[in-house]
Amino acid sequence: MVKEIERAGIPVVHMCTVVPISLTVGANRIVPTIAIPHPLGNPSLDAAEEKTLRRKLVEKALVALETEVDTQTVFDK
Amino acid sequence: MSKIKVVHYINQFFAGIGGEEKADYKPEVREGIVGPGMEFNKRFGDEAEIVATVICGDSYFNENLEEAQAEVIEMVKKYNPDIFVAGPAFNAGRYGVACGTIADAVQNELGIPVLTGMYEENPGADMFKKSVYIISTKNSAAGMRKAVKAMAPFAIKLAKGEEIGAPDEEGYFSRGIRKNYFAEKRGAARAVDMLVKKLTGQDFTTEFPMPDFDRVDPNPAVKDISKAKIALVTSGGIVPKGNPDHIESSSASKYGKYDIDGVMDLTEETYETAHGGYDPTYANNDSDRVLPVDVLRDMEKEGKIGELYKYFYTTTGNGTAVASSKAFAAEFAKELVADGVDAVILTST
Repeated sequence: MVKEIERAGIPVVHMCTVVPISLTVGANRIVPTIAIPHPLGNPSLDAAEEKTLRRKLVEKALVALETEVDTQTVFDK
Repeated sequence: MSKIKVVHYINQFFAGIGGEEKADYKPEVREGIVGPGMEFNKRFGDEAEIVATVICGDSYFNENLEEAQAEVIEMVKKYNPDIFVAGPAFNAGRYGVACGTIADAVQNELGIPVLTGMYEENPGADMFKKSVYIISTKNSAAGMRKAVKAMAPFAIKLAKGEEIGAPDEEGYFSRGIRKNYFAEKRGAARAVDMLVKKLTGQDFTTEFPMPDFDRVDPNPAVKDISKAKIALVTSGGIVPKGNPDHIESSSASKYGKYDIDGVMDLTEETYETAHGGYDPTYANNDSDRVLPVDVLRDMEKEGKIGELYKYFYTTTGNGTAVASSKAFAAEFAKELVADGVDAVILTST
């Protein structure tokens, strides 16, 4: 799906936990996430902390979308 | 030597019974050949013959998997065949799944060799290519003669227990099995031969093919994210509570498009996951953990992003055919473009 969206001309960031799969599939902007069943959350945190964590990840995704890339790039910092 | 006995399995359509309206046709066995069996018998020549044909409606088979399998196996058993041939099913999904399922079951329960044929994107091919020999065919019945031409001699080989060659020699889908063999030249010499061929622009065949994944170049970055319209897409199966469109928990045949206009937060009462490939507890308790609507709404309010697109698109990514997910996204990407979406966040579990 990520490739078809890119092919349609829309920049897309793939947020996923298993980065090797994303690389194999061909995503160009990749943001690694927390865990397979809760990529954008962590149930062991309290609600506010968890939302802060999610916010950070989404901000990272937005940075990825604002960053020019010419090859597959993992935004892991 | 007596002829090899073949039992052939076909669906209601190829038996000439009817189309979709007859898809609930229950298993029936007829002596001798029916439909495409004619072409098989021609190709079998003096070596083999179809002694019986089992016919079953595609919906009946797929909706009553266990009964249908048991009934068909009983029918096949009576004829004590040397080999069981199903299809070919081309790109007919239910037929392909039926052919693969019944071939696999006959192989396991009756212990005889089996063969089927279908198009590479038939879901039955992915499901059964590792356990059953599946000859690669065209995607429609227009490829019948070619398919039978490949299947008939292969069936004879299997029935006789002859050695089977590599997938590309025989025309079946790779079963992921590696076989040792003695090469004439050592590995280093073969590698250099290959390199020389490559450098001189000649054709060469790799001994270790990589999976074929096409690549798409990245699009230019979003200039100003604070003005951008951002859409959410997920393969994590997030759906409104109750899964109104019945998106399958695996091998999805469809995607959902849901209006989140005015939705500020995905809650336990309103959203859940349809995905059957991961523990759904966390996503069911709070679907924002997969689809971050709450955070994007905050950022929209704060002016950090232009706006959150009013729909999200979703499917379950487990076991779903590459071809299907490709088709889903190719379709909805057009809508995203038409609605002026500037960027997409796609989440996967």
